[in-house]
Amino acid sequence: MSVVTLTINQQMITANAGDTILQAAKDAGIKIPTLCYLDGLSAHGGCRICLVEIAGSTKLQPACFMKVAEGMQINTETHKLKEYRKMIVELLFAEGNHTCSICVANNHCELQAMAMAVEMDHDRFDYIHPPKEIDISHQRFGIDHNRCILCTRCVRVCDEIEGAHTWDVAGRGGLAKVIADLDQPWGEADSCTSCGKCFMACPTGAIFQKGDSVAQTEHPRNKLESLVMAKDKKQWHV
Amino acid sequence: MAQTILIDPVTRIEGHAKITVQLNDSGEVSSAHFHIAEFRGFERMFEGRPLWEMPGISARICGICPVSHILASSKAGDQILAVEVPVAAEKLRRLMNLAQMIQSHSLSFFHLSAPDLLLGMDSDPAKRNLFGLIAAEPSLARAGIGLRQFGQQIIAALGGQKIHPAWSIPGGVRHSLSIADRDWIAQRIPTEKKAILNALDRFKSIIEKYREESNVFGTFPTLFLGLVAADGSWEHYGGRIRIIDSRGGLIADQLDPANYHEFIGEASEKWSYLKSPYYRPLGYPAGIYRVGPLARLNICQRMGTALADKEKIEFSQLGNGTVQSSFFYHLARLIEILAAIEKIEQMMEDKDLQSTELKAEAGINRLEGVGCSEAPRGTLFHHYQVDPTGLIRKINLVIATGQNNLAMNQTILQIAQHYIKSSTIPEGILNRLEAGIRAFDPCLSCSTHAFGQMPLRIELLDSSGRLLDEVRRV
Repeated sequence: MSVVTLTINQQMITANAGDTILQAAKDAGIKIPTLCYLDGLSAHGGCRICLVEIAGSTKLQPACFMKVAEGMQINTETHKLKEYRKMIVELLFAEGNHTCSICVANNHCELQAMAMAVEMDHDRFDYIHPPKEIDISHQRFGIDHNRCILCTRCVRVCDEIEGAHTWDVAGRGGLAKVIADLDQPWGEADSCTSCGKCFMACPTGAIFQKGDSVAQTEHPRNKLESLVMAKDKKQWHV
Repeated sequence: MAQTILIDPVTRIEGHAKITVQLNDSGEVSSAHFHIAEFRGFERMFEGRPLWEMPGISARICGICPVSHILASSKAGDQILAVEVPVAAEKLRRLMNLAQMIQSHSLSFFHLSAPDLLLGMDSDPAKRNLFGLIAAEPSLARAGIGLRQFGQQIIAALGGQKIHPAWSIPGGVRHSLSIADRDWIAQRIPTEKKAILNALDRFKSIIEKYREESNVFGTFPTLFLGLVAADGSWEHYGGRIRIIDSRGGLIADQLDPANYHEFIGEASEKWSYLKSPYYRPLGYPAGIYRVGPLARLNICQRMGTALADKEKIEFSQLGNGTVQSSFFYHLARLIEILAAIEKIEQMMEDKDLQSTELKAEAGINRLEGVGCSEAPRGTLFHHYQVDPTGLIRKINLVIATGQNNLAMNQTILQIAQHYIKSSTIPEGILNRLEAGIRAFDPCLSCSTHAFGQMPLRIELLDSSGRLLDEVRRV
């Protein structure tokens, strides 16, 4: 496999040709913030948190999709990028009702952690907070669409790891939402194996264990990581 | 000329309210109202939420007594799951409720009402507050702050945080009490017991000085309602509803709180967002009743602990059959703090507090449930209806402060009629109107879910609404 040389934040690194900027940065120990991306799943490029600047290009590029190239000069922490990331998080909070204080995932939420990381201290946008449904028809899990940021991790993990493809996205724009099977109550979705991988992958309190109270939901991400390692590297935890 | 006196808002209470006193053409008090002018509408906000989130969300109604809402909500959840919570979970819930009584009653007495009682109703309003109290009576103020801290610290030890701990849940509780926290509580008990006994002595020493106030601060016959244990002793978490009349006669006993709508009616008045519950068989407004510390002490035979039982006997001698003066809510509150400390002391050796059997697991087995417990301010009901998956369809909250609404209105009328003799009214008299309300320790954020700023404005208006005089306290 050929190797390319590039710089990220003035640091010279080498990477395998064909790697994404996100992968190359990770291998070099440089952290690029992400929200919809999850190791082991295909990239989605929906959240735009991982946007980076590439010298010679006027367009910002998502690090989870953009492939490395020889001589690339990449910046991940410019003032412009920081402002964009902050704005993206503010827009997410303005769109859906994410009241942290009463959320099941309070203190265990990637959106909340991202808000702190980008130093969001208030929201410059008016809240929209349309009333969205909550579905707790499943025996073990519930989904609160108010807290969903449409990262599609649940859709991808269900399709790519479990192979059930219970989840998908329906609707456009503000009406977009994840649906179970043919937009049925989750408890009536025949394809669901109740494996819980969507719960493991969800970054917010959108998918939770039924019966969870405030700040009780902790997505067991380590279980998903073990599954990904077993699938990709044929290594199993014993 | 007819005039209206307006006190807006009432200070040193929890929430935002105003008082109006109407004078007739000859300058005599014709009516008085306690208005709750803000509305938060929590009942509507809860619709559509999962049952299991309800304790955590309903706790957010109030930062003073979140524990009351957490417990009533969990108990409504227990009913819907149709489970009996593990023994340890009930004991731990009781421990938290006792801690809540201590912290909330301490706040009411030491922080909000002691400035009136110990510095004087007519003392300089600029100093008639907690800071004035700290300056004048540092050791008593420190003891009061310490009592509140003791209660709050127990709540934090159990629930992980002092305010809004989403710890009690349908079916049980989330954590037990650690040995280290138990030891911390146990070593603080002697100090706190001494603090409350001192405060009790202090209060009893000023009763004579406030003879006039205690005769007119809501001294009238009403029913009293609250929970009592099966043996008729003081209860704060379980038990059943007892209602007595002003002479102490049993009106109803061992009522199931789940049937509250059969004996409690809820009236609305156009001048307030606070509902006016009444005892249904007597109708509105004849079914006026009081809840809270005064009611709980009046309806029970004994407190169930040695020192508090002695105080209860002394307390009962202030009245004939029942203590009717709302001024003695203060004394009842102090006795309840003492009983709570003694009850916590009795629990300390109980190994169940460290149990791991804390939650009964179940799905939705009923579509309706009522949770009832004694909040510091009185009997609290959470009534939920859910769909078969557990989403809230409908909610009704009957809040302690609401149940005292009729009595609070009658109290300010009684105080106004006694003290107001002309349209020029000294500040100390206006303060007595507020102090009459403070005796009930109303929590308006709970009862109407209100919030607001707290400057004080008093306006004198004539019958056409023309402003005659105005006083502002910022």
